[in-house]
Amino acid sequence: MKTKTASQPTTVQAKNISGAEAVIRCLLAEGVDLVYGYPGGAIMPIYDELYKFQDQLHHVLTRHEQGATHMAQGYARTSGKVGVAMATSGPGATNLVTGIADAQIDSTPMVCITGQVASHLLGSDAFQETDIIGISTSVTKWNYQITKVSEIPSILAKAFFIARSGRPGPVLIDITKDAQFDFFDFEYVPCTGIRSYQSDFPIAQDALSQAATLINAAKKPLIVWGQGVILGEAEAAFKTFVEKTGIPAAWTILGLSALETDHPLNMGMVGMHGNYAPNLLTNECDLLIAIGMRFDDRVTGSLDTYAKQAKIIHLEIDPAEVNKNVMVDVAVLGNCKDSLEQLLPHVQPLELTAWKARFHELNAIEEEKVIQKDLYPTKEGLTMGETLRVINEHSGGDAIIVTDVGQHQMVACRYAKFNQSKSNVTSGGLGTMGFALPAAIGAKMGAPKRQVIAIIGDGGYQMTIQELGTIFQQRLDVKIVVLNNEFLGMVRQWQQLFFDKRYASTEMINPDFIAIAKAYGIAAKCVDQREELSPAIATMLNTPGPYFLEVRVEKEDNVFPMIPSGASVSDIRLE
Amino acid sequence: MEKKLYTISIYTENNVGLVNRISAIFLKRHINIRSLTTSPSEIPEVFRFVIVVKMTLEGIQKIVKQIEKQVDVIKAFYHTDEETIYVESALYKITSTALFEERQIQNIIKESQAKMVTVSPEFFVIEKTGFREETEKLYNDLKPYGLLQFVRSGRISVTKAKMGISDILNTFNATKQDEKKS
Repeated sequence: MKTKTASQPTTVQAKNISGAEAVIRCLLAEGVDLVYGYPGGAIMPIYDELYKFQDQLHHVLTRHEQGATHMAQGYARTSGKVGVAMATSGPGATNLVTGIADAQIDSTPMVCITGQVASHLLGSDAFQETDIIGISTSVTKWNYQITKVSEIPSILAKAFFIARSGRPGPVLIDITKDAQFDFFDFEYVPCTGIRSYQSDFPIAQDALSQAATLINAAKKPLIVWGQGVILGEAEAAFKTFVEKTGIPAAWTILGLSALETDHPLNMGMVGMHGNYAPNLLTNECDLLIAIGMRFDDRVTGSLDTYAKQAKIIHLEIDPAEVNKNVMVDVAVLGNCKDSLEQLLPHVQPLELTAWKARFHELNAIEEEKVIQKDLYPTKEGLTMGETLRVINEHSGGDAIIVTDVGQHQMVACRYAKFNQSKSNVTSGGLGTMGFALPAAIGAKMGAPKRQVIAIIGDGGYQMTIQELGTIFQQRLDVKIVVLNNEFLGMVRQWQQLFFDKRYASTEMINPDFIAIAKAYGIAAKCVDQREELSPAIATMLNTPGPYFLEVRVEKEDNVFPMIPSGASVSDIRLE
Repeated sequence: MEKKLYTISIYTENNVGLVNRISAIFLKRHINIRSLTTSPSEIPEVFRFVIVVKMTLEGIQKIVKQIEKQVDVIKAFYHTDEETIYVESALYKITSTALFEERQIQNIIKESQAKMVTVSPEFFVIEKTGFREETEKLYNDLKPYGLLQFVRSGRISVTKAKMGISDILNTFNATKQDEKKS
């Protein structure tokens, strides 16, 4: 069984220890050295053990339990390991739900541990009792309530195995207070398989050869890849596949950074605010090779007109994603690293000069109509696009970029330059505003040697702004850029385009962000002039420790290209 | 696409909360469950769900994959009525005076091949197992005489084709043994 942790889980034994201590020993056996959480009544025995084990297991006190989940997600996304979040029962547990739902839809490996009232009180509406198992069922890959101390090792072993294997996802384990207090003889045996759960698939050779036949005969093939390439650690195999065949490749928002953005065959983003060429050519290609992606509606637009002319190959690890939204001609089930490696010897270099010229032709149109104006604006106000351009100039594409949700996210994903994988952390499927600030904290802790820049809108920033306290307390080197247009920009854009400019509750009267950052001991600056932008970003990146930069951008800019909701990818608008 | 009745058979581990997890899959997609029955299966420690829904073929294929995706689900199948042998059970409670005063009731019971479960001075209970049309016919026949209570179970069904659950579990156990040896 392949696992994605740096260190393999180990078998551990200990005589007569408490359930709470057992939880900590399970985490250590899984190679966990970092947990995010918030204490409270029903999880106090575990926190007491965290105190005793603080040399081996670092607990990050967040300012809200939602922050703990997003931090665990950010950590998982940049480290490739399982993120761990902890909370008490009742409101502590319910505050985790948004992050769990986000991890579920974005396939992020995470284990959440919640305290629960003592088992004899279950169902009595005890203080801070809530049915977190019931509440979290539809947003977890698996969940389980432990009421007996003896269950702790086997259930936690299963939790980690499930979270990281197959299509990764969040697992919630609820532990009653009596199970934390009780004593037992502890033995931890890592989980290597569950009889009712298939996490890995041998690659079907007939599907593979059908795929190879289609690929070798294609005249106008297009690859669309997603996060499966990153989660499956398939980046090298993927790049070899792209380069050997010479097929142009485009990414979904979560696939971003798996192949460097400057790669000549990287044709940009598909979907609602993606690039002109890959969207339009989705409906011109003769073969669509979907790798580790799930045909989300933001990617496909109207399904009735999506790639109808093309044969479709789908490399996918989750059987439930095959033929869910788009019917495919060949499905290759399995980890896409395995599929790609086994496919490689069977595919040949293709002659695609004319087809690639189509991309360059359309790229030139987008460049002229959209990109130049975004990146090198001639109008007075600053744009989000030029801020990203300047960040690229200073970071050289080596930074991890963490984004929230909305206009700034689309602009950042369109323009940020990436040289290496696991560098783009964003809330894709759920679109969780408030994700970026805590996720950036986790991202930094998951990749401590790398520069982490959070790019956030003024709306989303204020949803989890209290996590500045966590940055302050943990002394974390996170750079925060708020692109402030004093609007909930994406909603405002829709109101302008589709609701006759009725700006219902999208204008924001914002606080003094600089004063807030400074109150948390974070160096801060605000810029609104073009000539200040580059020096300010240089100062931010060169200042040791956290830094907050507010960029006042044009208030009513829109993000283009755009495929209106429910329209065809062919109906992509440039203005 | 035409909607028809499908019987979903699910083999699962015996875990608290699994009913919730499975019903949530239907809830999320706004699909009404016609009936749901759980019971032990032919394999020790393995449970079986039988769920009846009216859906399109495309819909049922997708939802069965979503069910099978659940960690504690060993395997899920869907079948049409033609591919299964299925029955439902119904209980009918009637005042005993009706039984003695209305001769027709005795004929109805006899014709329906229903079973008398209990008779007391106040009431009697009969049980009928069969297709929905049969339990419904008996309901309609008895209704004029005053039903004190009526209840019908969900569908239980076995398939004409083999399910192969033991094979899946044996394969898993065999790989486990191999892992231990290596």
